[in-house]
Amino acid sequence: MSLKVERVQGDRGVESFYLWNVVQGLAVTVRHAVTNLRAPRAVQTTNYPEEKKVMPPGYRGKHRLVPRPDGSPKCTACMMCATVCPARCINIEAGEHPDPTIEKFPVQFDIDLLKCVFCGYCVEACPVDAIRMDSGVYTFAEFNRSDFVAHKEQLLATLSQWAEPR
Amino acid sequence: MNETLQQIKERFQEAVAVESGRDGDVVVMADTRSARGALLEVIGKLRDLGFTVLTDLAGIDYLQYPIQQPGRFAVTYILSDLKRRQRVRLKAYVGAQDPVLPSVTHLWQAANWLERECWDQFGIRFEGHPNLKRLLNHHEFVGHPLRKDYPMRSRQPLSENDSLMDEMVVRLRQKGLLLPGIEAQLATPGVRVSDHGEEAAPGSPSFGARGGAASAAVVERITALPGVLGEPEFYRDLHTELMFLNIGPSHPATHGTLRALVALDGETIMAAVGEIGYLHRGFEKSTEVQTYNGVIPYTDRLNYVSAMMNNFAYCKTIEKLLDIETTERTKAIRVVIAELSRIVDHLVCIGANLVDLGALTNYWYLFNVREKAYDIFDRLTGARLTNSYGRIGGLARDFYPGCGDDILRVLKETEKAIADVEQLISHNRILLDRLTGISAVTAEEALSRGWTGPLLRASGVDYDVRKAFPYDGYEQYDFEIPTGTVGDTYDRFFIRFYEMAQSARIIRQALAKMPAGPIFPDVKTAALPPKDDTYNNIEGLMNHFKLIFEGVKVPPGELYDSYEAANGELGFLVVADGSGKPFRNRCRPPSLLAYAAFPEIIEGHMIADAIATLGGLNIIAGELDR
Repeated sequence: MSLKVERVQGDRGVESFYLWNVVQGLAVTVRHAVTNLRAPRAVQTTNYPEEKKVMPPGYRGKHRLVPRPDGSPKCTACMMCATVCPARCINIEAGEHPDPTIEKFPVQFDIDLLKCVFCGYCVEACPVDAIRMDSGVYTFAEFNRSDFVAHKEQLLATLSQWAEPR
Repeated sequence: MNETLQQIKERFQEAVAVESGRDGDVVVMADTRSARGALLEVIGKLRDLGFTVLTDLAGIDYLQYPIQQPGRFAVTYILSDLKRRQRVRLKAYVGAQDPVLPSVTHLWQAANWLERECWDQFGIRFEGHPNLKRLLNHHEFVGHPLRKDYPMRSRQPLSENDSLMDEMVVRLRQKGLLLPGIEAQLATPGVRVSDHGEEAAPGSPSFGARGGAASAAVVERITALPGVLGEPEFYRDLHTELMFLNIGPSHPATHGTLRALVALDGETIMAAVGEIGYLHRGFEKSTEVQTYNGVIPYTDRLNYVSAMMNNFAYCKTIEKLLDIETTERTKAIRVVIAELSRIVDHLVCIGANLVDLGALTNYWYLFNVREKAYDIFDRLTGARLTNSYGRIGGLARDFYPGCGDDILRVLKETEKAIADVEQLISHNRILLDRLTGISAVTAEEALSRGWTGPLLRASGVDYDVRKAFPYDGYEQYDFEIPTGTVGDTYDRFFIRFYEMAQSARIIRQALAKMPAGPIFPDVKTAALPPKDDTYNNIEGLMNHFKLIFEGVKVPPGELYDSYEAANGELGFLVVADGSGKPFRNRCRPPSLLAYAAFPEIIEGHMIADAIATLGGLNIIAGELDR
């Protein structure tokens, strides 16, 4: 292992003549300034909130419940997402579905977005692909704490950012 | 390894139990209830055999553990032999009644804070410890939270700040800055400045709540008495006194909630003591109620600058406990992502450090490319900072098409940005003068302090977990370990440039021969079945249900495993009891031992230099406090 950190002494050689390094440094910063002025759109910053960053597919944003063709949730209230959730932020109340082929459905489905850690485990755990995090929504702002609890209707109404719901 | 086992067996001659652990490490078990001095003897013998570095010290509470143990508590000492690349796990059992062990602080400086933490969390006393005070929990806290009979959700309102003057007085006296005769005046009943190792007996009213009252009284006395503090000789005519100043806990330059109380003479720090725990959120306790996979989001929040390395470190430990090996593709992806995370971590460290030193431009250049790396991360993992990308046995997702090319492109841009920054700073006299010779730490001292990673290498020791205990196929990549010579802030700062270059080398090699194949091994007990199986066949669905509801079941056993994270050796000591949740999940954070040294190494330097030193140590509060 011969790789040694090179020691540059500040008071010897060209380093002791401070101005030379200032000129070199200015060359770098001026180059950056000119590049940025010539292509202002290439700079990394965005004018948030006027411009919003579009998140790539697969980004874990705000949750949504996937509806059936009739608009009711695909969810069968199996409690897998509520069990796997490390933050315990999902609250489901199950009820009997009128259609005997479906068995159960969530009467209530609440996600406390203030508790959620956005790990995506609920999506991974769902056996019927009923919950997804593909809304692309990454900013939440409300006036009351209680407004951060997303209810079933709200979650059903949320759309996917990338594709229309099935 | 067998040779070492034989050697140790011969050395101890059945006096203590010696066996080979599942991780290949030797486990030495000492029952110290009979003779307390025995532990020091065992440690002394192990030191003679070459295990000279204390890597970790952690308590375990075996209450309700399914397998009978010789005592309720065990303190595990991880001792490493860096030359022969071996580790010994020494377990010292103590009983439930008044658990006490001899302190090893005289052998290793690292033991100081580790024993304090053990006392804090388990209530195991260490005889001969110079200052056995709570470390992570608030000083008014009652009880020891990592004991199994401490309720998970109990709350305690705690309000009084710790003035830290009790520690400061001791430190001032050590440095000869306290005038003689003052101690007698300070030592009123209840204010015992001289014997901090003595805690009130458990059960007595003052138990656990002594520190606050004492320190408040000490402060009162110090401020009431004129001329309590000694003055350096050359200032005597000016009739100045030392001035106390808190650096942190909420200061932009500490980049996290860290606190150091310093005694200043002008701008020079004459004595300093540190306090941590401001971001303590009970990582180890909280993870005991999570399934093994449920712990992964918690690990994200340890070192949140390179979250995925923590994921992989934890997953690797559990995989070893399960005795499964992940696929070649997963290993290669882990290497690529871990090295990219290391680069990002170093970019943040260098950039933030340069801001503290007044070189703001560099920060923009480095954070621009960090942003691009994060764009890859959120495309790959679905989140920018808390990625939760590792899974036990594999990964959350495979690479997206074109991910490798994206990484190579970002790598190129990163190298360009680093070159720009190097041109700005590497020959800049102001910066060089600010860094050279500040807070130099020798190799022996760094080893005694338990430093690892870039900090240890800056002091000239070429210890790197990737080389010493290779994992994830690191042995097949060609890279070098850069080392420093002096171990000052300069070395700790510039070594990160060299490490980034080596990381880039590893990424290029790994991407060039990225193996195809699945990301999960064919192990039904650990990996969730493919979604097709879950949706369409009953066996897959049942397997899915079992893994989600019960978690990955890990057979009883325990082991320590380490990982070369960006800041040093990130270790997990996991005790499994056969259920789907970890019985004990100890995290050995590299930052803890780095910060333990901070108050001592800044003494004699100026405040501004202390900030530069802190930046060079790269303390991440999330990992330090857990």
